[in-house]
Amino acid sequence: MNAALGELTPGRPDSRLSGIVKLAIFAVGGQGGGVLNGWIVDLAERNGFDVQATSVAGVAQRTGATIYYIEMLPRSGRAPVFALAPAEGDVDILLAAELMEAGRAVMRGFVTPDRTRVIASSHRALATVEKMVPGNGAGDGQAVMRALRDQAAGVVAFDMQAIAEEAGTVISSALFGALAGSGHLPFEVESFRDTVRASGRGVEASLAAFERACAEAQGAAGAGGEAQAGEEAEEPAGAERPRGPERLLAEYTAQEGRIAELPEPVRATVAAGLRKLVRFQDPAYGAEYLDRLEVLARADHDAGGAAHDFAFTATAAKYLANAMAYDDIIRVADAKTRVGRFDRIRSEVDAPPRALTRVTEYTHPGSAEVVSLMPAGLGRRVEARPGLVRFIDRLVNRGRHIRSDRIGGFVSLYMLAGLRRWRRGLLRHGREMAHIESWLDTAQGRVSRDYALAVETLRARRLIKGYSDTHIRGLSKFDRVMAGIAMVEHRDDAAEWARRLIDAALADEKGEALDGARKTIESFA
Amino acid sequence: MAERSFRKEVQQLRIGAGETFRGEGILAITKALLENGVGYVGGYQGAPISHLMDVLADAEDILAELGVRFEANASEAAATAMLAASVHYPIRGAVTYKGPVGANVASDALANLASGGVKGGALVIVGEDYGEGSSIMQERSHAYAMKSGIWLLDPRPNLPSITEAVRNGFELSEASNTPVMMMVRIRACHVHGAFEARDNVAPPLSVRDALSNPQRDTSRIVLPPYSYRHEQEKVTQRLPAALDHIRAHGLNERFGPETAPVGIVVQGGMYNGLIRALQRLGLADLHGDSLVPLYVMNVAYPVVEDEFLEFAEGKEAVLVVEEGTPGFIEQALRAALHKAGSARTIEGKGVLPEAGELTGRVMLDGVARFLRAHAPGLLPAEVRAPNRDAPPPAPDLSDAVPIRPPGFCTGCPERPIFAAMKLVEEELGQHQVAGDIGCHLFSTMPPFFIGGTTMGYGLGGASNAAFDGGGEKRSISIMGDGGFWHNGLTSSIGNAVFNRSDGVTIIVDNYYSAATGGQDVMSSRADNPSKSTGHPISKALEGVGVGWIRQIDRTYDVTKMRDTLREALTTDHAGPKVIIASSECMLNRQRRERPQLQAAIREGRRAEKPKFGVDEEVCTGDHACMRLSGCPSLTLKMPDDPLRDDPVAYIDQTCVGCGNCGEVADAAALCPSFYRADLVHNPRRFEAWLARLRARVIAWLQGRRDARRLTWGTAEGQG
Repeated sequence: MNAALGELTPGRPDSRLSGIVKLAIFAVGGQGGGVLNGWIVDLAERNGFDVQATSVAGVAQRTGATIYYIEMLPRSGRAPVFALAPAEGDVDILLAAELMEAGRAVMRGFVTPDRTRVIASSHRALATVEKMVPGNGAGDGQAVMRALRDQAAGVVAFDMQAIAEEAGTVISSALFGALAGSGHLPFEVESFRDTVRASGRGVEASLAAFERACAEAQGAAGAGGEAQAGEEAEEPAGAERPRGPERLLAEYTAQEGRIAELPEPVRATVAAGLRKLVRFQDPAYGAEYLDRLEVLARADHDAGGAAHDFAFTATAAKYLANAMAYDDIIRVADAKTRVGRFDRIRSEVDAPPRALTRVTEYTHPGSAEVVSLMPAGLGRRVEARPGLVRFIDRLVNRGRHIRSDRIGGFVSLYMLAGLRRWRRGLLRHGREMAHIESWLDTAQGRVSRDYALAVETLRARRLIKGYSDTHIRGLSKFDRVMAGIAMVEHRDDAAEWARRLIDAALADEKGEALDGARKTIESFA
Repeated sequence: MAERSFRKEVQQLRIGAGETFRGEGILAITKALLENGVGYVGGYQGAPISHLMDVLADAEDILAELGVRFEANASEAAATAMLAASVHYPIRGAVTYKGPVGANVASDALANLASGGVKGGALVIVGEDYGEGSSIMQERSHAYAMKSGIWLLDPRPNLPSITEAVRNGFELSEASNTPVMMMVRIRACHVHGAFEARDNVAPPLSVRDALSNPQRDTSRIVLPPYSYRHEQEKVTQRLPAALDHIRAHGLNERFGPETAPVGIVVQGGMYNGLIRALQRLGLADLHGDSLVPLYVMNVAYPVVEDEFLEFAEGKEAVLVVEEGTPGFIEQALRAALHKAGSARTIEGKGVLPEAGELTGRVMLDGVARFLRAHAPGLLPAEVRAPNRDAPPPAPDLSDAVPIRPPGFCTGCPERPIFAAMKLVEEELGQHQVAGDIGCHLFSTMPPFFIGGTTMGYGLGGASNAAFDGGGEKRSISIMGDGGFWHNGLTSSIGNAVFNRSDGVTIIVDNYYSAATGGQDVMSSRADNPSKSTGHPISKALEGVGVGWIRQIDRTYDVTKMRDTLREALTTDHAGPKVIIASSECMLNRQRRERPQLQAAIREGRRAEKPKFGVDEEVCTGDHACMRLSGCPSLTLKMPDDPLRDDPVAYIDQTCVGCGNCGEVADAAALCPSFYRADLVHNPRRFEAWLARLRARVIAWLQGRRDARRLTWGTAEGQG
C-alpha cells in the first residue's frame, strides 16, 4: 500500500508520464512485425530503458491486419505501469508496414495531430477484396495519404518494401531503418545497428535495407516533410523505331505519316494502337486500323468533336486497337515465343548467371479454340455438327503443361504463332471483324445526336476480354450493356446511364450488379 | 515441429535465484511452474497459449532432468483428465488451454475433477482469447469456475504478478483441495517483461514414484453417496478454506489512500488498463500510485465478501471494472452489499459498456463518467465540465481502406481444395457446407465464400447430422487433421458411419495442427523424438467402417481434387464418403526446406526452386484467377501498355511455387498467362550443355521469324 504521492495533485497528470514513448506497429500477418517488435525491445533495453511489448499471435493474424504495441521509459529503479494495448488518441509513434494499414490506424483514431508521428511504407499489398474485382478494385491510396497529412503530427512515408526487396530481405529491416532515421526515438543510429547485428540472422541484407531506409528517412526529417516519391509520370516510350525488312519499315513509316493528319489530342493513342496492331499482325493490319479510324474521325469532326477534344476518336483509337488485337491462341503463342521473353523470366526469378531456368506453360485448349483456328468455311461447317465438336473436344480438352524451353515445346508454340500469316482467313478473325463493324456502326450512329453517349458506346468494348468462359462472359456482359443503352438511347441522361451500366458490369464476375442496373432501367424505360 | 521454436529461449528456464528472467509471459509461466515443484504438465494448444505448449515441448529435456512429465494431450478434456493424478497423490500438476473454447471441451473432466477435489495442487492455465485479434466466440471462462466451484485467478498482467500467481495457485489449490484456474489474457501471454528468478524445484513426489506406490481413496469418486458429500464439502469446507487462504496471504491487493469518497474494484488483468486511464486523468503517477483507492481482485472467484465490504466501507460509490458479459463480479458484489444491508452505490456495467473489450478509450471514458458523477472534485476542470468540443472524429476512410481478414498463407495447400470446390459448385450448384475449427475456415472469407458454420473442434461432420438422411444434393463437411484427432474421428466420422450418413466429408490433412501453430498430431509425417507420429487418417477411417475413402496426396492437383469431389457428390455409394486432401502446410514446409535450399546453393549442390509468373501481355485483367485464389503473392499491377484500363495479374517475389495458379488456370480453363519457372542452381554439366544447345536453336528460330516482321527492341513483349 502506498501513501506518499508527493508529486501528484489531482487533475494534473504526473509530468514523468510524458516521458513514456508509446509506439504501435500496424502490420499484415507474415510481414515480420514480430521481428521488428523484438528489435525495438532490444534497442530500448540496450539503451537503459524499461520496455514492455505486446503482440497478438494466432490464427486470426494469418495474412490479416495485426497490431504490435510497445511502451518504453528511461529506467528509474522502480518499474512504471505500462498499458498493454494502444489507446485512441494516445500513440506517439505509429509504424505502418503498408499504406492501407496506416489508413486503418487513422480510421481507428490512433493517429492524432497533437502527438502521433507516422512512419509508413507507402507501398500497397492489395487485399483479396481489392483483387477480386473484374475491373480495378484497388482502394484509393491518395485518400489515405491525404488523411495522414491531415491527421499526423508528422509523416515519413516512402516505399520501404522496394528497399527491402532490393536488399533481399523483409520490410521489418527497412521500417527499423526509417525509425532510426526519423530521430523519433532518443537513441543513436549506431545502437539500432547493434541491435540488427545482434539478431544474428541475415544481418548483411537487413543492414543494407536498414541503411537505405535510414538515409531516406533522415532526408525526409531534414526536409521537415515526406520522402513520398512523386507520382511516377514516365513518358510511354512510343517514339522508338522498329527494326525489320525495308519494305515493312516503309509501310509503317507511311502509316505514321497518316497519324499526323488526325487531330492532335488523339495522336499519341493512335501511335500506340498502330504499333500494337503491327506487332499483332503486320503493317497492312495497321493500315486497316487507320482506315477505320479516319472514318470515325471525320464523323467526330462533323459532330463538333473539336469542342470535346475529339474524345470520340481518342476513345475509338484505344478500344479499336484492343478489339483488333483480340486474344487468340496465335497471339498467346507468339507472346510466349518472342525474343526477350526468356531474359525477362530470368530477371523475374532473379536467376544468377550460372543457374538454368526451365519454363513450363500452363495451357488448356478446348474445342472452341481449335475450331476458331480453322479456315472460316471449314470452321462454320464443323460448328454445325455438334457431334464432331464434341469429338474434337474429347481429343484436345485437357490441361497441357508445355516445356517452352525445350525444342519440342517451343516448336509447337512457334508453329501456332506462325499461323499469323493465315489469320485473316480464320473463323475467329471473321467473327471479330463483324463484331467490331457492328459496334463501331452503333457508336458512329450516335455521335452526331448524343456525343457523350457515343463515347460511352465505344467504352463498353472494355468489357470484352479473356479466354474461353471468361471471354463468353465478357461478350454476354457487353451485349447486356449495349441492350441496356439502347433502352435509354433517347434520354438526355443516356450517357450517364451507359456509364453506370459499364461500371456495374465491371463490379462483379457474373454481372449481378449489371442485372440490377438493367432492372432499374427497365423500371422507367 | 511447431511454427515457432523456443529452443534458445528455454535455456532461461535453467536460471536460479539471484538472476533476472527476461522474456515473454508464457515463458515466465513455465519458469514459475518449475520453481514451484510441478510434477507433470500438459495441455492442448490454441492461441494465446499455443506458445506455452511449444515452450513445454522445446523444454522437454529440462523437464525430464527435474523428473517432470510432459504430455501433449489429445484435447483439453484429455488434459484436464490428466489432473486426476493430483486427486490421490500429493503431486502438483498443471495443464493449459485456450479458454473458453478449451474449457468447453474440458468441462466434463473439469466438473468431475472439481467434484472429488484434489490433494496435490492442480492448476489450469487458461489463455483468455477475448477482444482484438480473437478468433473465437466472445465468452468468459469465468462461468466455468463458478459452476464447478473451482477458483479463478486473474493476476495483474506483469511478469512478477503472473509468476507469483502460479505459486499462489498451487498453494490455494492444496489449502482448499480444489483445482484452480489461472486466467492470462492474450496480450499478457505475449507481454515482454522481467522478474527475479528462483531456483527450480524437483517435485517431492514424482509421477514415476507414485506409480510404484499406488493409492486410492473411494471417497473421491463421483458416485453416490460421495458425490452428494462432495457438494456439501465444496461449500462447507473447501470454500471457507479458500477464503481464509486468500485473506491470510493477501492474494487480492489494495492500493491508494485508505479513505476516499470513491473506490474502484478491478480484475487483476484489467489493472494496467485502469491505471493508464487514471494516469491520463491525473489520478495515478508513473508507477501506478493512485489517488483513488483500488481493490485489485487477483482472485476473480470466489469473491471474498468481507474483504470487499471492508474496502467499500466509508465510500459513497464503488466502480467495478470488469471485462466481458455477464458481469459476474459486479453481481456478486451487489449481492454482498445487499446481504450486508448496505446502501452504497455500485457502478459497473452502464458506466462502462455491457460487453466488449475495455480498450484505452473505453476505460478512460468510463472512469471519467464514474468520477464525474461521484467525485467531480478529483477531476481536472476540462474533464469535469468539458467546454471544449470533443475532438473531431477520425476521418472515415472506409471507402479507401479495404477489409483485411485473415486468409490462407502464400502457397497454402488448402487453397486449391476450395478452388476445386468452387469449380464443382459451378457445375452442380451450391451445396450445404459445414466448417470446423482450423485454417480451412478461412474458406468462408473472400474470395471463396464457402461454408457458414463452425460448431466446434472436430464437429464439422456432426454439424451436418441433420442432413445425414440425404436428399437431392449431399451435404459437405470440412474438417482439419487437428480436428479429426481432437474429436472428429468419433463425433463426426463415427457418428456418420453409425447413422448411415449420405454426406461428404473432406478432411484437410496438412501434417500438423496448423492453425494453432504447427504442432504435430498423430498423422504427422515428421519423426518426433518423443511422440508417435505417422498414423494415417485413412487407416482410422477404415477402422471405424467408412466404405468410401479417397486419398489425394497432392491437393494442388485441382483437376483431380475437383473430379474426386464431383465423384463423391454423385456416386451411388451408400454411407459416408470421405476425401482426405493431403499436402504439407506450406508455412512449415518452407521453414524446413528454405534453409536446406540455401545451404545447397551455397555448397554448390544442385537445387531447384520454383516460382510462378504471368505473361503480362497475355493476361487480360479479368481477375478470374484471383477469385479462385486469394494468395498474398498473386497480386495486381498496371500493365505498361497505355491502351489498357485494368491492372493485370502479377506474382511477387514471395511466391513459393506451390502450383495453385497454374493448376487453377488449367482446371478452370481460365487463361494461358501462367508459367512456372524452375530455377536450377548449380546444374550438372550435361544439363547446362543441353540448355545451351536448346537456347541456340530457339534463338535461331526467333531470329528467323523476326527477320520477316517489324519488332521493337527494348519494349518488346510489352503489348
